[in-house]
Amino acid sequence: MDSIAKLVLKRVGMGLVTLVVISLVFFVGIEALPGDLAEEILGQNALPETVEAFRKELKLDLPPHVRYFSWLGDFLKGDFGNSLANGRPIAELIGWRLSNTLFLALSAAAIAVPLSIILGILAALYRNSLFDRFISMATLSTISFPEFFVAYILMALLSVQLILFPSISNINDQMSLAEKLYAIFLPCLTLTLVVMAHMMRQTRAAIINILASPYIEMAKLKGLKRLRIIVLHAFPNALSPVINVVALNLAYLVVGAVIVEVVFVFPGLGQLLVDSVSKRDIPVVQASGLIFAAVYISLNLAADVLSIVSNPRLRNPR
Amino acid sequence: MFKLLKQSPISARLGIAIVVMNIFAALFAPLIAPYGETEVVGDVWLPMSRDHLLGTDQLGRDLFTRILYGARNTIAIAFVTTLLSFVVGIIGGFLAATLKGWTDLSLSRIVDVMMAIPILIFALTVLSVVGTSILALILVIALLDSTRVFRLSRAVAMDVEALDFVEAARLRGEKIWWLMRHEILPNAMPPLVAEFGLRFCFVFLFIAALSFLGLGIQPPTADWGSMVRENAGAITFGIFIPLWPAGAIAFLTVGVNLIVDWFLHVASGLKD
Repeated sequence: MDSIAKLVLKRVGMGLVTLVVISLVFFVGIEALPGDLAEEILGQNALPETVEAFRKELKLDLPPHVRYFSWLGDFLKGDFGNSLANGRPIAELIGWRLSNTLFLALSAAAIAVPLSIILGILAALYRNSLFDRFISMATLSTISFPEFFVAYILMALLSVQLILFPSISNINDQMSLAEKLYAIFLPCLTLTLVVMAHMMRQTRAAIINILASPYIEMAKLKGLKRLRIIVLHAFPNALSPVINVVALNLAYLVVGAVIVEVVFVFPGLGQLLVDSVSKRDIPVVQASGLIFAAVYISLNLAADVLSIVSNPRLRNPR
Repeated sequence: MFKLLKQSPISARLGIAIVVMNIFAALFAPLIAPYGETEVVGDVWLPMSRDHLLGTDQLGRDLFTRILYGARNTIAIAFVTTLLSFVVGIIGGFLAATLKGWTDLSLSRIVDVMMAIPILIFALTVLSVVGTSILALILVIALLDSTRVFRLSRAVAMDVEALDFVEAARLRGEKIWWLMRHEILPNAMPPLVAEFGLRFCFVFLFIAALSFLGLGIQPPTADWGSMVRENAGAITFGIFIPLWPAGAIAFLTVGVNLIVDWFLHVASGLKD
């Protein structure tokens, strides 16, 4: 047990260091880029006094290390400063949208994860069958298709031709859960299709890998049923790579949601990020970018920790 | 080469056909295209007809022409970006593997941190500050993508570097540049070539995604990603014009993936 705790602690420590370094990257990166933020935004014709006042407002007149710590401190307290575009506090803009994005990502995950594990197991069970071929074809196409292609095909089919679901997924707080789920059906389905193939393939590969080991041979010689061998004997040992790929795909879901949000005009954090980039509203970009990065890194961290914990070999040290 | 091609499975041949078709369209776009790249030739969103093979776009430009020119711009930019990413990544990776010590440690740590940030978020943040010109786009994506190339080329070079002939060359007094160019690079080629195909697909899809978000290649330059964005409104009227450029993107990446699959299969020496 000791060795697991040590490994986990080490990994968490590394994750925290990465987070700090990344906050530094986001800060320094924007700092070191050519041009002065104030002049960049106000344009070249701005009066020197205006530029000066603007610099003061953004605290650009203080030395960089002071600004970094005050920025980071405010960030941890949930105070992200004000948007340049409309002067509203960024925390207000982000909070609601972040919860929307997580809601979308979680609903997609709730469908995609169990479905892809079951399909992956089936593909391993009926290896080289027609079903298996179909799955490997589907994998190739989802790797190759841009998300917006999948999204527009679904929209064209289910929203325009069959008129089953709305093509614009606008949700607000007054809606009930069922209404919300109905509204996000298409973006949710798109994300599910995009991440499922990878998870299926990984589950299949992990199980097939284990099917080659001697203890499975033993189980077969004892005359156990194939389904029983796969579910009770092979799957527990395949759990570690499967958990890993699931968590990686969850991280991907949160980030991949950016494009799907834009297609379906969903009020999420990704949409805000993209809008702010084209408006060059840098404080908003900085804050939402850092939040995305933090979520992504935490999920990757969770993936590593879970795969350490779920590895039977590490759980029972000799 | 021809013998290998003869034995290739049908999927690889299909991939080669797709890629050759795309390259042909990209090279000879001005000769094949019936109209000019930004020429307005008719009404908005006309259906398919003999005059307009795929109909017209949101400004009344011929869609078929735009797709041909789009092949040219999109593929060229993705190709240059991937090439640059490989030059940077391979030089970095080989340097880390041959010099070891501090060079290796510092380069590897920097790459670790960069890879911990999702590439789309990183690119969006940088582009928001430097603006969206084609040059900025190529440099930013190439730099971000080179971290992945660095990982692979460092690992491969580590293996090659431990072999006797590299040691012999080193004792002979060859300089580091010569070692990298003449001893390591030729022996690291096969995995790097396969990776080039995969990275190209990734970069290509990534640029398409950025253009789709309106932050990549800017109009009026014809580009598949931004063509999808510009025509997206049509779909709610039951006009499926944005599916053509989106399909063209998918078509090319499927083709490249088919070739890479075959290449990996041949390179791994599996007989199936």
